[in-house]
Amino acid sequence: MNNGARQGFEIFVIGGGPAGIAAAACAAEAGAQVAIVDENLTLGGQIWRGGTAEADSSDASHWHSRLKTAGVVTLCGKRVFHQPEAGVLLAESADGLSHLRYRTLILATGARERFLPFPGWTLPNVAGAGGLQALVKSGLPIQCKQVVVAGTGPLLLAVASYLRKHGAEIVLICEQASWSKLARFGIALFGHAGKIGQSFQLAKELKGIPFAANSWPVIAHEAKAHEEKAQGNNAQGNRVLEAVTISRAGKPTTLKCDYLACGFHLVPNCELPILLGCRILNGYVQVNDFQETSVEKIFCAGEPTGIGGVDLALMEGQIAGLAAVGRRSEAQALFGKREKFRRFARILEETFRLRPELRNLPSDDTLVCRCEDVPLSRLREHSSWRAAKLHTRCGMGPCQGRICGPATEFLFQWNPDSIRPPVFPARVENLAAMPAQSQPRSVAPAELE
Amino acid sequence: MPNEIIVRVNGAPVSVPAGATVAVAMMMASQPCRTSVTGEPRSTLCGMGICFECRAIVNGIPHSRSCQLPCEPEMDVRTDE
Repeated sequence: MNNGARQGFEIFVIGGGPAGIAAAACAAEAGAQVAIVDENLTLGGQIWRGGTAEADSSDASHWHSRLKTAGVVTLCGKRVFHQPEAGVLLAESADGLSHLRYRTLILATGARERFLPFPGWTLPNVAGAGGLQALVKSGLPIQCKQVVVAGTGPLLLAVASYLRKHGAEIVLICEQASWSKLARFGIALFGHAGKIGQSFQLAKELKGIPFAANSWPVIAHEAKAHEEKAQGNNAQGNRVLEAVTISRAGKPTTLKCDYLACGFHLVPNCELPILLGCRILNGYVQVNDFQETSVEKIFCAGEPTGIGGVDLALMEGQIAGLAAVGRRSEAQALFGKREKFRRFARILEETFRLRPELRNLPSDDTLVCRCEDVPLSRLREHSSWRAAKLHTRCGMGPCQGRICGPATEFLFQWNPDSIRPPVFPARVENLAAMPAQSQPRSVAPAELE
Repeated sequence: MPNEIIVRVNGAPVSVPAGATVAVAMMMASQPCRTSVTGEPRSTLCGMGICFECRAIVNGIPHSRSCQLPCEPEMDVRTDE
């Protein structure tokens, strides 16, 4: 058995997005020995991935250079999947297994998009909004492609702007929120000087792109015409998106497109915090004023404590980093700014709350769990996430419920019951490093609501 | 470093920009990354290594998350059946 590399640091930061980078930089500037671990090949998280929206890039380079100057050790391409004993994490990478030994941990695991099932959502070329942006950032040519951007949240606008800048034709942005909610959101922005500047910039970039509120995708259509041509073993290659039907302010409209970029705001990545025993409150990691979780010596910053975007993530990261090295008064000095960004987070949540009609999007045969191909009709027979898992294998595939979990939470108000190690699928030889009986981490129902 | 890299997707050569991920190569070749348990073609959904829809066979290794994997010259990529 390969026991893997062992690395020890006073402070390990898990997640190299804005919150993690700020936390690591602040802790290291205070003299601590800090390492930052990320599963991606480069730091930056999703928002600062490979050069991003101009509004953020000066922030990104500022923090990247502080991180470097402070001497933070960067470990990229490593995915943490288990804690076999207190103070030790196991991480997997292309070159094998690592044991990460820490005294203090800062979790900055970020967020992912929420996906809702609707007929045709499993077709190739239907991707997340952030998902399609990530593909374009990873080299996908998008020039002259027709893209419908749909779902909810400020990410839709940022993605549409980014894709257009790279040559895409944005057919329509469909936002499920109502005009009245969006108007209140616009007014609320006036309380946030930085945000209003960013949104004016964005508004300029979005000029000329059709935008519809009260609108959402109802069916993604497959390219039928190609099926006859596609005989033989290449047949699958042609089963691909051709158009999408949108419910546009109550009226169905069908739009031709090459890609549908669709995401319904964000959900926090709480799997690792739950595995480590951190208390969850209303779906988020509960932290005190100093970003400390219910587990001693484990801090949490950024989206897992509440979806608030990059400014809040940076502020929480700084507070966590300073508090983790005992610089509590410096951390305290940032509380006021953090509160301002938290107010913005509450407005985000209220504006982009999913409307109940979206529960009717999937039809009986729409797959809800894409790993195990479980349709809606089979889930309706069950009364809880656990029962559905046991009887249908919903949420038991490789994504371990990361995609269908938030969907069923919205569709049926089901809550996840426990997290079992490994939190990500790991190779068998690396699983051998796990202790024989790893108990699942239960989340008591009281902790969920 | 060349500006383009050639990889093989389900046997056919595809030219991709240097630095592109395997998921991008598959999308450019209009080939699905994997076939689902009921036989549906699937391609990348989340683009950030969480959904596992982009898993493909890369140089013979099944279940490789193609959205996290940069293309290399002569790479052999196949739909994960």
